[in-house]
Amino acid sequence: MSGLQADLRVRRGEHVVEARLDAPAGVSALLGPNGSGKTTLLLALAGLLHAERARVEVAGRTWAGDGVDLAPARRSVGLVLADPVLFGHLSLLDNVAFGPRSRGMPRRAARDRAREELERVGLGELLRRRPAQVSSGQAQRAALARALATDPDVLLLDEPLSALDPQTRSRTRADLATRLRDYPGVTLLTTHDPLDALTLADRLLFLEDGHLTQTGTPGEVVARPRTPYVASLVGLNLLAGTLVDREGWAVELRPAGGRSAGRLVLAEAPEDAAAGEQVWASVNPAAVALFSRRPQASARNLWLLRVESVTVTGQRARVHLTGDVDLVAEVTLGAVAALDVQRGRELWAAVKATEIHAYPA
Amino acid sequence: MRAASTRERPTTGSWSLRVPALIGIAFVVVPLVALLARTDWPQLGTHLSSPVVGQSLRLSAVTTSATMMLVWLLGTPLAWLLARSDHPLTAWARAVITVPLVLPPVVGGVALLMAWGRRGVVGGPLEAWFGITVPFTTVAVVMAELFVALPFYVVSVEGAMRGLDRRVDQVAATLGAGPVRTFVHVVVPLVLPGIAAGSALAWARALGEFGATITFAGSFPGRTQTAPLGVYAALEQDPDAALALSVVMLAVSVLVLGGLRSRWLR
Repeated sequence: MSGLQADLRVRRGEHVVEARLDAPAGVSALLGPNGSGKTTLLLALAGLLHAERARVEVAGRTWAGDGVDLAPARRSVGLVLADPVLFGHLSLLDNVAFGPRSRGMPRRAARDRAREELERVGLGELLRRRPAQVSSGQAQRAALARALATDPDVLLLDEPLSALDPQTRSRTRADLATRLRDYPGVTLLTTHDPLDALTLADRLLFLEDGHLTQTGTPGEVVARPRTPYVASLVGLNLLAGTLVDREGWAVELRPAGGRSAGRLVLAEAPEDAAAGEQVWASVNPAAVALFSRRPQASARNLWLLRVESVTVTGQRARVHLTGDVDLVAEVTLGAVAALDVQRGRELWAAVKATEIHAYPA
Repeated sequence: MRAASTRERPTTGSWSLRVPALIGIAFVVVPLVALLARTDWPQLGTHLSSPVVGQSLRLSAVTTSATMMLVWLLGTPLAWLLARSDHPLTAWARAVITVPLVLPPVVGGVALLMAWGRRGVVGGPLEAWFGITVPFTTVAVVMAELFVALPFYVVSVEGAMRGLDRRVDQVAATLGAGPVRTFVHVVVPLVLPGIAAGSALAWARALGEFGATITFAGSFPGRTQTAPLGVYAALEQDPDAALALSVVMLAVSVLVLGGLRSRWLR
């Protein structure tokens, strides 16, 4: 059996992380807000943190469980952290050769292996440099080479790009993607950047408050987010409610703060949900239209909402609205100017029934 | 017109601060200058070749070298365990190792005598079963020096090791390095400056050791009379030799300190 199966319960301070993971060969991204326990989970898999309960099996070998608890040095694992954490007294070559040497490879063979790994990440010219003499991106690539030089069964990357400046980050992300394609083992990558996850990973795992809340391929997750965090990460509005069939299909929205949130009218019956079921309804922010006066055309999903904040990316702006429902609308900069969008302004928000996607919760 | 280079106005420009500061400096400088002034420089060579001087210097060189070997061998792993261990006894061990820092050296000598003396807790059985006597031997000198010097080394190296990023040893572990390999090939090289500083402190303390040595090892020329004991013994019969010996110790200490400062310390 290949891949990594783990069932862990780890306490760190007041936080408890409890998760059951099943990661096949390939790259799985572990996403979650700060403090959700991503790093704790990785360190526990590496054996660097004591788990209250641990069962870890990798490629058919038991790392933990059944009375076994292998020391980190005996787990076939590679670890790359946000900072390169290279050994400052060794050249890049000896940094990368350290792992093979530690695992008993003769000096010359270890150096050959290290040279090969460094060449694969484009550092063949800098073998003799000390870590202090290379850039942050180069150091991080050397850290990746060091982690892979022992041919680990599992590669753990803890926010590997988060400490890099934006330019270096995108270049290093591309290098990382290239190198990971050739790596046959299981890669677990923590990040809170959806771009990392979508460009590097085959599978996404969402960890919130110590628990896995959703797993799936990027396509599945983008199509059907199941928590507000996941939805916000993939840029969708997510509303919870009950499916009803009264004069057409609709979602009776779950009341927020005592107020009735109203209903979302759907264009057609959802494929796999029946009336009375709890459902999620996702709305693409680009499908939310904004008006300063009540529109004449009869969009059946219409609310008068208050602007809470506006963020701009490129030519588009995301307008966060609050009221009977919380919605994000994505509009052009021209619309922002024309509608005089600013905090506290009241606007009409309309969503066409055909733009609402409902699925079972 | 403005001055070519801007200088900050000192915030210490008051004589009520300067006077005590200058007295403090003078208090240290005057005896050192006096030592140099009273040294019989033309005859220095002759004085240094007197048997007391040569013997005691040689003994100091041998015993402090042996002491430093033991300090490194025992103190470095100890400092590492104190720096990383979260065992409940660690805090205790840390407190105990610092006791000799504040203990009057004579008391240390008495304590060593109670442990290793002919009727001591360990020394008694040692003599009865194996016929080994420790006190008043060169070995006793080394033990006295180790007792006072080890804490200086451990405290300063532990500080350096604690400053080492924990992730460094964690990464080493994931690369397959066991605790010993990580310690020897990663930790020690990375805290070398701290080790050098701690070694200088410990060595200086061992070189100057007097109280514990004279109590536990006595002052037998050629066997337990180290340079400080030699100075003290010679002061009455041959003051010039005592001065010459003192000047040599001063020179060696300053050289070691200067060498460290340029290389490792800032």
